[in-house]
Amino acid sequence: MKKIILISILVMLSSICLFYGCKKYVNGSGKYTASIQIKGSDTIVNLIQVWAENFVKQHPTYNISVTGGGSGTGFASLINKTCDITMSSRQIEDKEALLAKGNNVNPVEFKVGLDGLVVLVNKNNPVDRLTLGQLRDIFMAKITNWKDIGGIDLKIVILSRESNSGTHMFFKERVLRHNDKNSRDEFSVHSLMMSSSQAIYDEVLQNPNALGYVGMGFANSDVKVLSIAIDDKGKYIYPNTENVLNGSYPISRPLYLYTNGAPRDVIKMFIDYALSDEGQETVVKTDFVPIKK
Amino acid sequence: MQKVLDLIIEKIIFICAIASIIFVILIFSFLFKEGLSFFKNYEVSKFIGGHFWYPSSDPASFGILSLIVGSVLVTLGACAIAVPIGIMTALFISEIVPKGARDVLKSLVELMAAIPSVVIGFVGMITLVPLVKSIFSLPTGLTAFSGSIMLAFMAIPTIVTISEDAIRSVPRHYKQGALALGATKWQTLRRIVLKAAMPGIIAAVMLGISRVIGETMAVMMITGNAAHIPHSIFEPVRTMTATIAAEMGETVRSGMHYKSLFAIGLVLFLITFLINFIADLFLGKNKNT
Repeated sequence: MKKIILISILVMLSSICLFYGCKKYVNGSGKYTASIQIKGSDTIVNLIQVWAENFVKQHPTYNISVTGGGSGTGFASLINKTCDITMSSRQIEDKEALLAKGNNVNPVEFKVGLDGLVVLVNKNNPVDRLTLGQLRDIFMAKITNWKDIGGIDLKIVILSRESNSGTHMFFKERVLRHNDKNSRDEFSVHSLMMSSSQAIYDEVLQNPNALGYVGMGFANSDVKVLSIAIDDKGKYIYPNTENVLNGSYPISRPLYLYTNGAPRDVIKMFIDYALSDEGQETVVKTDFVPIKK
Repeated sequence: MQKVLDLIIEKIIFICAIASIIFVILIFSFLFKEGLSFFKNYEVSKFIGGHFWYPSSDPASFGILSLIVGSVLVTLGACAIAVPIGIMTALFISEIVPKGARDVLKSLVELMAAIPSVVIGFVGMITLVPLVKSIFSLPTGLTAFSGSIMLAFMAIPTIVTISEDAIRSVPRHYKQGALALGATKWQTLRRIVLKAAMPGIIAAVMLGISRVIGETMAVMMITGNAAHIPHSIFEPVRTMTATIAAEMGETVRSGMHYKSLFAIGLVLFLITFLINFIADLFLGKNKNT
């Protein structure tokens, strides 16, 4: 009896192996299937996912897997050669470029869209506009109470992304350091490091004390999006597609794809698709800003 | 024929036994190699005593004091909740409840151990975090306290199972002697049973602690991950495990940041090793009596 069970299990296992083994190498038409790995920024993971799905619909012989984790994660795996394309919400750093060189990896950059970082607060928070200076003071814990900037008497809870996030890096450089390369300013140690943009959104949704930043794609009418001015003399600009595209919204940034060396075969096809009219339409649909109209 | 089969099976068992030991040794040596190479470029005192954890800044600063404090605070909080509940549950199951209900109760408690920590973290994030915020009127519910409560849930099954075994293995005649001398049931439980089972219970607590301090997913989701030294348990903290888990993906192999995470792993390993060692001492003592 036991032998029978054992044998039947073995047969089942081997047939599973055979089945999957075959499927991997030959598909319907008998063509070889290639698969590409895309890794990186959580900010644009939704956009790339839609691109990948549409691309695979048109070219069913290919397989694309898209995973997030942050731009830093994406670059790390490009350098470690565990992915084919890195999606990033920032440019590659000198440090990373150097490491890539050491590993015989040659990163090539493609700008595929634009993104505005929006600053979110709870719907019940009366504050609806801030200057970059005030934002900086909040994130460095120099302003710790909402009443100091026209709100109610509540402690501010600062929400930030983890340091592996391109959003974190960009916000630090643009808002905390004002693009000053020599600045050493950091997020306050009191800021909560959230593991995803979704986690920031969720906390802002239920916490009237909270303030956080996410990519434009994450904002909706359940939370309040703040208008931002460069200084107290400047105009307060609301982050919408138009203001990001004409550059008047101060916290916006380009989105990139990086490949190792000049792209070939499927990778080239995918990047061409991303830059095509159809690909750029998807950019608009996922609440980002296309690079060309 | 039978002998050959015996020999083969014996060898297979031997290989299996050796394999796990080899794996452990390999993991140790890898951890030590990667962790210790970090200290060639960074002072131990600056690492352990430093207040600031800014690993990807330039120049980077790798101070893990706030992470150690975070881990310890969450663990102590979890113990303060899990130890009394766990020991009392164990006493209740082994001494008070009628025999039929005992097995049901025990298997239910053990079922708690089967809940994946992600699920615990998720449930905590949705239900407990807003509750803690409104009950204590805190700026945020993502605090060490919320983490402690959820981790206590994970430590309780370990504590209950092992201390229940210890309590049940207290020789029957101890109890009978005490009762015969006129002690009440509570006096017997407190002065005789608990005392005799104490080494086993301490071992149970230690194993519970090492489960809590090594837990990652749940704490990452609900403790807020702010790398500062907290003044109370109602503030967000960042633990060592959450730091490793959150940042491992971004690091480039053999970079400083990568090595620093291994160095944290080393510190964590030394802590859990120490705790397990103490637990083993007590478990050994239990067997000798």
